[in-house]
Amino acid sequence: MKARKTEAWTAVLFASPWIIGFSVFLLYPLLASIYYSFCDYSVLRSPVWIGLANYRDLIKDEVFWKTLWNTGLYAMMALPLGVLVAFALALMLNAKIRGLTIYRTIFFLPSLVPQVALSVLWLWIFNGEYGILNNALGFLHFGGIPIMGHHFLAFQFHGPNWLGDPSWSKPALVLLSAWGVGNAMVIYLAGLQDVPQSLYEAADLDGAGWWAKTRNITIPMLSPVILFNLIMGIIGTLQVFAVPYVMSPSGSPARSIYFYTMYIFDNAFMYQKMGYACAMGWIMFVIILLLTLGAIKLSDRHVHYENS
Amino acid sequence: MPGGKSKGTSQRNAWVLHIALVALSFLFLFPLLWMISTALKVEAETMRQPPTWIPTDFQWVNFAKAFTYGRAELGYIPFLIYGRNTLILCALTVAGAVLSNAIVAYAFARMRWPGRDLFFAITLATMMVPFPVTMVPVYGLFRSLGWIGTFRPLWVPAWFGSAFSIFLLRQFFRTLPFELSEAARIDGCSEWQIFRQIILPLSKPALAVVALFTFMGTWNDFLQPLIYLQYQHTFTLSVGLQAFQTQHGGTQWSMLMAAATMVVAPVIAIFFFAQKQFIQGIAVTGLKG
Repeated sequence: MKARKTEAWTAVLFASPWIIGFSVFLLYPLLASIYYSFCDYSVLRSPVWIGLANYRDLIKDEVFWKTLWNTGLYAMMALPLGVLVAFALALMLNAKIRGLTIYRTIFFLPSLVPQVALSVLWLWIFNGEYGILNNALGFLHFGGIPIMGHHFLAFQFHGPNWLGDPSWSKPALVLLSAWGVGNAMVIYLAGLQDVPQSLYEAADLDGAGWWAKTRNITIPMLSPVILFNLIMGIIGTLQVFAVPYVMSPSGSPARSIYFYTMYIFDNAFMYQKMGYACAMGWIMFVIILLLTLGAIKLSDRHVHYENS
Repeated sequence: MPGGKSKGTSQRNAWVLHIALVALSFLFLFPLLWMISTALKVEAETMRQPPTWIPTDFQWVNFAKAFTYGRAELGYIPFLIYGRNTLILCALTVAGAVLSNAIVAYAFARMRWPGRDLFFAITLATMMVPFPVTMVPVYGLFRSLGWIGTFRPLWVPAWFGSAFSIFLLRQFFRTLPFELSEAARIDGCSEWQIFRQIILPLSKPALAVVALFTFMGTWNDFLQPLIYLQYQHTFTLSVGLQAFQTQHGGTQWSMLMAAATMVVAPVIAIFFFAQKQFIQGIAVTGLKG
């Protein structure tokens, strides 16, 4: 009995860095953040209780809705595309081909590029005047069929001014995000390699084709992994900050890439409205919680867990 | 290609697959190649139409220019200073993360204490807490300590553990046979001796993954250095590069790409040395989550 007690105390001693870290850097800030969200607070003055005023102001704040909309729209484009690209690449690499490690390395490399370097690089690629992307797209042209002086069906593909055009700036960021799916691809590939070969052999005996096997074996077996990645994707995508901030701290053009976390950052550190920023932070947290719970609920029907 | 088709069909499929993969490889590589190509050009050539892939005159000097600090060519990135700052921070966070997370994960994985499993579940749940929620109070805390403008807010927290690394190490520690600890206990080893002399030496692969991910996290971090660092001589590479971009973006593309290349290159170099740890680390955290 005494030995048990000593062990428990030793264990708490071992765990103490995290007990302190958890309390100081997570629990306290979380609770303080709720409190501040009901306060008028800037770092220069101590917080003053103002009740729900921050939340009431938020409802009337057009910029708040704009950033929420931008972030939601971006997530709805980037998340499915990310899953699709990562999964497709993993499927291709799982086909037992030669040179697997080389291809895997190539597809993985972009996900290693630090966010600021990534943004600077794509600013250059997307550049409307000298950007290599529009130069490459410019090769897509067709002289047309000359009939009586007219050139029928002629076209010249002009790339948009990606980051200078409010209707193309978000798709540009989505495209950029698809370039960095290497992490998810590695996870899916590892998951694919864990699928028991016997399942495929059994399907072969039934004469199942490639698509039937993918649909009925691969996807169900990988559904927990996909769900986990989707949840981490939701959490990450809703916090998108570095890339749009480097491209344009004010989210230009026309605030089309002004995202939620950028507005929190500006409220906290530019306008000194820290209570307001905390209220926005909590709204984001609740949205993430609801979306995650929703994803898990939905998955009850579609996700297959092997041991249950 | 699995399937009961004739040999000819499957060989043709393999060819189609290879062609598709090579095309995709080009798509994934071209931005990086373009970055290096631009970094090696004179400024005027970056704006040439049609663009050239191979620079007519290789400007290796662009990389050297990015190192100069306080020279007359104003605005060049004091890359040496930023790089030194970033490396100091990486060393401090990696040391702290490996040490503290290992000790904490050991308590979660191989010791019995009341509330352990509940606390571990809560720890996992904290991975869902977005940084913007806790950002303001944490900033206030560091401000009251007088730490704003110093490196401390960026490395001290690493010495108090992180949920992700604790999880990763705990999973690994639990795979080691418990008989090892029992035998050592019978021999009169203390818990610290078991941890230090038996478990740690066996855990080098997992510790390497934690070190690697912590290094990458610090090297890449942008939001936190942006919040806490105020003076140019304390900037990290990320913040320094962003500052350069706001001052000279849209004009000096070759300098910007030279700087970006130097931020990317060390990470890619490390990847080639530690490819196995990278791939396994990512796969483990993604699959067992």
